[in-house]
Amino acid sequence: MWRYMGRKIGIYGITFVVAVTINWMIPRFMPGDPVSSMLSRASISDPEALERMTAYYNDVFGLDTPLHQQYFSFWAGLFRGDLGISVWLYPEPVTDIILRAVPFTVGLLLPAIILSWIIGNRFGAFAARSKILDNTLLPIGYILTATPYMWIALLLAWALAVNGGFFPTAGGYSFALTPSFSWVFISNLLSHWFLPFLSMFVVALGGWAIGMRNMIIYELEADYSNYLQALGAPRRLIRRYAFRNAMLPQITGLAVQLGTLIAGALLTEIVFNYPGLGTLMLNSLNNRDFFLLQGIFLFVVIGVLIANFIIDIIYVLVDPRTRVQMTGGSS
Amino acid sequence: MSNIPGAPGAADGASAPEAVGERKVSETLHFARRNPKLLIGSSIVLILLLTGLIGPLFVDHGPNEYVGPQSQPPSSEYWFGTTTFGQDIWAQFVHGLRSTFFTGALGGGIAFVVGTTIGFVAGYKGGIVDEILNMLTNVVLVLPGMVVLIVAVAYLDVRGLLVQALFIGLTSWPWAARAVRSQALSLATRDYVDLARLSGRRTWRIITSEVAPNMSSYLVMSFILLFGGAILIAAGLDFIGLGPAGGVSLGLMLENAVGWSALQLGMWWWFIPPGTGITVLVGSMYILNVGLDEVFNPKLREL
Repeated sequence: MWRYMGRKIGIYGITFVVAVTINWMIPRFMPGDPVSSMLSRASISDPEALERMTAYYNDVFGLDTPLHQQYFSFWAGLFRGDLGISVWLYPEPVTDIILRAVPFTVGLLLPAIILSWIIGNRFGAFAARSKILDNTLLPIGYILTATPYMWIALLLAWALAVNGGFFPTAGGYSFALTPSFSWVFISNLLSHWFLPFLSMFVVALGGWAIGMRNMIIYELEADYSNYLQALGAPRRLIRRYAFRNAMLPQITGLAVQLGTLIAGALLTEIVFNYPGLGTLMLNSLNNRDFFLLQGIFLFVVIGVLIANFIIDIIYVLVDPRTRVQMTGGSS
Repeated sequence: MSNIPGAPGAADGASAPEAVGERKVSETLHFARRNPKLLIGSSIVLILLLTGLIGPLFVDHGPNEYVGPQSQPPSSEYWFGTTTFGQDIWAQFVHGLRSTFFTGALGGGIAFVVGTTIGFVAGYKGGIVDEILNMLTNVVLVLPGMVVLIVAVAYLDVRGLLVQALFIGLTSWPWAARAVRSQALSLATRDYVDLARLSGRRTWRIITSEVAPNMSSYLVMSFILLFGGAILIAAGLDFIGLGPAGGVSLGLMLENAVGWSALQLGMWWWFIPPGTGITVLVGSMYILNVGLDEVFNPKLREL
């Protein structure tokens, strides 16, 4: 078991180094001067401020020092928790801006992932090998996984917010309210949260249901199922054994799908103008705020690595053999 | 089994010449013609492909030209209505379909080539090569591809369909590599592969002529999945505003619709068609894939 965990941690370590290196390389090896292209879009009218900013960013990039030195000072800054200063919200540090947005994204992602995983698995297990359900639920599931996140978000916003008027269309909470622990604020927060959550939940649901259905069919072909069937065991019992075995690849699938799910959350947030990392990312793109963009990238990578690690621990707890299962990606 | 009479996909299945003595091919065709998922899926994909290929020829103005009255709902003249600026949405849709197919095929194709190559070499060679390639695959698998893409594409000043497809291809291959590797691992120890190895053929020849043909169905299905995945990723990138500059695609249409608040103005005809196009295209690809799986894998056939 320790060998398994050690390998995993090794891979995560390497991934982190690779991510940081990508982050460092992209602005330096892409064509064009990052500082001037960043500041040209920032629309600063005061020439003195512009000069100060140019000097600061030139210093941060340290383009006149040798490459390896730039690389090490990049790491050093990282360990001090210093991701630079935002261009868009100059002079606020990138870390602060991101930390303000993270709770919104996590609050959207965690419930959506966990609920869709549990309910999708139930649905899939239920639909497998029953002809009517298989022929109705399966195509719906495939259509759902094929739906772009932002489109389902648009449809829901159009149907339930613009036409129905049940939910607000944009924002994390009403601007008239100040964040507090009052009932009014929390209910307002929830009503803004519901539609982005629902659209993430619906898309993810289809994928889990299909994955589970396929795994159950595979497990029902296995020798132990046939043997149980030959012994005359009740259908429910065989199903239960199959379900428990099919869970394992679904847990690994959770780790594999994480990147897609996070991308989905970013896109969904943009549609609803939800104040999480996705909207922040769009703003940083529009303002060519590369420091903010790269900070978000690092935060997402760290989040993915932590989540992967937690999933690995769960996997070890659930499956004592800790063998690595193969799962084909469904999207 | 229900056979759908007159389904468009049935015709091209029947017209393929039956090779003499190739019983396996005719058997596959036998099941392919009777699989509703395969028929429905492939005919929808074909119809959309034809729309993307032929549609733009019948539209005599460019997709981004301001041709008609502004903010018109669908009418007989402008089938899908017009945007706030009077652009013809039908023209944008057919051109967008074309570029969506292009990015999907190219991005999925690059991912397929990279993924299968790494998978085959890792699975067939084993040992230290496998260790290294597997490590590489796992690292790229853990990295959130879409976010890497956003950061990388953001720095590019010149953005085109080609560059977009290339970047998508280079980040979305890992699961295909893993899947192919596990298949190649089991095939590499078969007797006929050993025989080929004894006869002194080069590794690359053995992989292409002994290992790959035995998992061709698997390869076709991975390509279709990568194709669909690439379309979704491209749509996401376009939606964030990192699409081809000055071009037109289904994702860009969605971006414009949201950017010019079609939602608040109730202009449903602006955002419904592009989203439907993507969903139906990718969804029928997935369903087509299930159909293929049932045709190639006897265990899954419902009889």
